[in-house]
Amino acid sequence: MELGFLLQLLLNGLIVGALYGVVAMSFVLIYKASQVVNFAQGEFLLVGAWVCWWLLTAWQLPFWLGFLVTLAFMTLFGVILQVVVLRPLIGEPVISVIMVTIGLSIFFQALMKWMFGVFAQPFPPIFAAERVRVLGLEVQSVYLLSLAISAAIMIGFWWFFTYSKHGLAMRATAFDQQVAASLGVSVPRVFAMSWAISAMVSAVAGVVVGVVNGVSSALSFYGIKVFPAVILGGLDSIVGAVLGGLIVGVLENLAQWLDAEVLNWGNMYQIAPFYALILILLIKPYGLFGTEAIERV
Amino acid sequence: MDPAAPILEAERVSLRFGGVRALTDVSFAVRRGEVFSIIGPNGAGKTSMVNCISGRYRPTGGRIRFEGRDITRVPTRRRAALGIGRTFQNLALFGHMTVLDNIMVGRHHLLRSGFLRGMVYWLGGAQQEEIAHRREVEEIIDFLEIQHVRKAIAGQLPYGLRKRVELARAVALRPKLILLDEPMAGMNLEEKEDMARYILDLNEEWGMTVLMIEHDMGVVMDISHRVMVLDFGRKIAEGPPEAVLADEHVKRAYLGEADEAVSEPEEAVA
Repeated sequence: MELGFLLQLLLNGLIVGALYGVVAMSFVLIYKASQVVNFAQGEFLLVGAWVCWWLLTAWQLPFWLGFLVTLAFMTLFGVILQVVVLRPLIGEPVISVIMVTIGLSIFFQALMKWMFGVFAQPFPPIFAAERVRVLGLEVQSVYLLSLAISAAIMIGFWWFFTYSKHGLAMRATAFDQQVAASLGVSVPRVFAMSWAISAMVSAVAGVVVGVVNGVSSALSFYGIKVFPAVILGGLDSIVGAVLGGLIVGVLENLAQWLDAEVLNWGNMYQIAPFYALILILLIKPYGLFGTEAIERV
Repeated sequence: MDPAAPILEAERVSLRFGGVRALTDVSFAVRRGEVFSIIGPNGAGKTSMVNCISGRYRPTGGRIRFEGRDITRVPTRRRAALGIGRTFQNLALFGHMTVLDNIMVGRHHLLRSGFLRGMVYWLGGAQQEEIAHRREVEEIIDFLEIQHVRKAIAGQLPYGLRKRVELARAVALRPKLILLDEPMAGMNLEEKEDMARYILDLNEEWGMTVLMIEHDMGVVMDISHRVMVLDFGRKIAEGPPEAVLADEHVKRAYLGEADEAVSEPEEAVA
């Protein structure tokens, strides 16, 4: 057994896990504010990454500019999606809304393939140094950037919900829409805002992953990986989503290490989070931090 | 604006849920600056009426005017911005949030700083604005004597305090008209007296018009300028408390045959 390898995997796990955490957070944001389970969360990453890639390659924009334009676009994208597709569905059965988000997922996957092709495309190089050494471990520069961005987003979320007017309005709306409205909060606006922020933040994660692995339809898979993370943390807990994401990231990499060193089954990396998902649902169905739904009949 | 004009007018308001008539042709007017109470037996339509005024329900017939403006089709949050605040019959605090945050939500429509300005909090005037709002919120907190629990999680407070926090949140809107749905329900005598004092102060010193639903006849008779009685969704009486109490219809429909309910106010008022 090689300890260095294990450490490296743990670090990778934390970095990837932080990204899962970011995506999970934006998933929970939508769920909390508008009670929609968004199966198209992964496509936010996909669309964001492709748009940014396109701006950088076809328009030759510098990275920072392309990135900012992407964020602006995704904010608008989220608002339009909510207003045009989801607002008319308010009051419809949960299953209808879920079917629609699955439909959106399929639609945007196909659209991206149609527009940008089916092959993975690398981002133009962004950093002069590909790798840096941190505490004796090799780390890709983008990974460090990714960790920094994830942390910044998490702090931003925390600030937004604790101190800003709109964050407060969102928390109020998540708790009780009628009461929030009676206090002057515009519930439709809160819904649109939650989709906008969710799409924008997910796109950040999409761009980061795109820079590391290249842009391809594999990005959609992050939307699926989000489920073990949010189920672990609790569907309606932002903190839980972050922790769930980190745990899933580390778990994946531990599983990979276990696989490589001991089991040699060859697919644990992909599957381990979903085993965890099933276990959690059996033991603690509301997750670590979720609100237990008590129904009185 | 004509100060003598009623602040709120309901004109033949009806509300139906399928075959159930919750309200039938209810008309009344609340004058600016008064304490107006709605009483009636359970299921008489009192809360339905308040919900029609606050915008939670849309009447199936009739009109509601606020300061002369037809608000029948105006959404709830706009009514809040126009100056209609409310509390709920079954406490509706944001349970996970602190008392202070609960009250700050009530300031929502008064906070001007938008999303982008909020983002650059430290650059824009958001901080000054927040300070001004905090000052006013503190004033409300002082008034309702909830200083000691301002950082507490609202859902963990005892019932009487939660009622006060909910009132504080509605007051934070700075409404011209405040709708109180059973502000004294479940309170002991001492708490009721405190609440009655708060309501009177809001009315007299803060200049808010109060529309209140309350079951405690003592309190109703004591602090209301005028009372309206609903029974099975219809208005059966309206007027000064004494006149309404003396009304034959009211005695029969609401207070029953026994005289004890009528004499109850005397002891509760003291």
